[in-house]
Amino acid sequence: MLFVSSIHLLQMKEIEKKHPLAIRWFHWVNFPILLIMIWSGMLIYWANGVYKIQIGDVIIIKFFPEWFYKMLKLPYRLAEGMATHFVFMWIFFLNGFFYVVYTLISGEWRYLIPTRKSFKEAWQVLLHDLHISPYHPPQSKYNGAQKIAYSAIILMGFGSLVTGLAIYKPVQVHWLTWLMGGYSFARALHFILTIGYVLFFLIHIIQVIRAGWSNFQSMITGFEVKKNITPPIEEKPEETPSPIIEA
Amino acid sequence: MKNNIEQWSDKKIQRRTFFSFAGFILAGISGWFSWKWYRNLPKTNHKLDQTTRNVLGFNEKVKDKFFSNNNMTRTYPKTSAAKRPRLNGFVGIQDNIDVEKWQLEVISPSGKPSTYFQMQDIKSLPKEEIVFDFKCIEGWDQVVHYGGVRFSDFLKKYNLGKKEGSNEWYKYVGLETPDAKYYVGLDIESVLHPQTLLCFEVNNQPLPKFHGAPLRLIIPVKYGIKNLKRIGKMYFSDTPPRDYWHELGYDYDVTL
Repeated sequence: MLFVSSIHLLQMKEIEKKHPLAIRWFHWVNFPILLIMIWSGMLIYWANGVYKIQIGDVIIIKFFPEWFYKMLKLPYRLAEGMATHFVFMWIFFLNGFFYVVYTLISGEWRYLIPTRKSFKEAWQVLLHDLHISPYHPPQSKYNGAQKIAYSAIILMGFGSLVTGLAIYKPVQVHWLTWLMGGYSFARALHFILTIGYVLFFLIHIIQVIRAGWSNFQSMITGFEVKKNITPPIEEKPEETPSPIIEA
Repeated sequence: MKNNIEQWSDKKIQRRTFFSFAGFILAGISGWFSWKWYRNLPKTNHKLDQTTRNVLGFNEKVKDKFFSNNNMTRTYPKTSAAKRPRLNGFVGIQDNIDVEKWQLEVISPSGKPSTYFQMQDIKSLPKEEIVFDFKCIEGWDQVVHYGGVRFSDFLKKYNLGKKEGSNEWYKYVGLETPDAKYYVGLDIESVLHPQTLLCFEVNNQPLPKFHGAPLRLIIPVKYGIKNLKRIGKMYFSDTPPRDYWHELGYDYDVTL
């Protein structure tokens, strides 16, 4: 047994534990649920699809063009959209709620909450990622840009719940609707936050691809194998094959 | 911060990676099939599946916990009201009727003959006006100005809506257009809400045909779909009365 464990030592690699199981769970539950919320939200939005970005008389973006509605088969599904939205809102809410509670209790929030230097760091990361500057600030689990983005997305989730409630029960929570700038303003905020998620998602995907497989894998396995493997003994592992390990 | 660097054997790394991915893929597949299962549930309850209706029922129970007749919709000065309120929905009001001959039929719950009310029976009650933000289920809203009498005043004055020989209200009120093509069901709490009015005026003018002449419902605690125009019949029940949009797949309650 002593022999086996010494073999074992030779095979050691340095890994970094990155994402606790709970965080991975919340993350991957949120992904399809948010997708369902956005989709059912669009079924609802179609019934009064009035938002657009306009400068003078020139419409820059219309939310949404007819072809977009048709492509996603959105028209005339308001009832279905509302029903789906008001079922899955509970999962969205509970998942987000437990995520925040877990983050607070576990101390994970320490990695997440931006500090004073995060904003400078985020700017450096941005310049680096846009290939303007070669310098990338040293980072712990998350860099400044990530801290700001991931904290913002939590606030946005909270914003969606609050503006959603403000337009779901505007008479019962009239004070909240008033606080959100009134009914139609709250509805617009609710929509803008959704656009925010889509933009977040796009940048998130680009950054995950850029960061590479090992980083992506850590969102599934929880750990990342460090590149600088330093065996504790200088012997090469290959020279001492073990039938136990091969088995 | 705690140190997250550990020394793991290749075997442990492989095992952890394998089980994590297996779990991930399995969770993904079961998530996908749960979604498929949910989407394929038979639409047995008015164009929705029973599970969805149950959740909507649960939502209504949650709402009941904090619903109060003290929760008022915000009111606005008359000058904010739309000069030409938006028209939407013509079911049940397309036929021309003689407004002078109109009467409101209140169907007796105990099987006695119906009671009929004339416009002067309604106008004899204290007049109320409301300027509020009308909300359509489609998503638009508009500040409108309506005038009429409180629904609760009408029920109390003519001793309607309570069970015979009892002080207990029926749980629901049903309203229908004279041709019975449009109909809504309302919980009694919302009917008794002080801002719920039986209206005969918009912007201080008699209701035009398509705003529901001669008498329409204005119920600010509900979406527009419950604000029935041209009320012809009224009845009371302990079970939810039939509801036009509920039958087409919408939530029954739609309390705002």
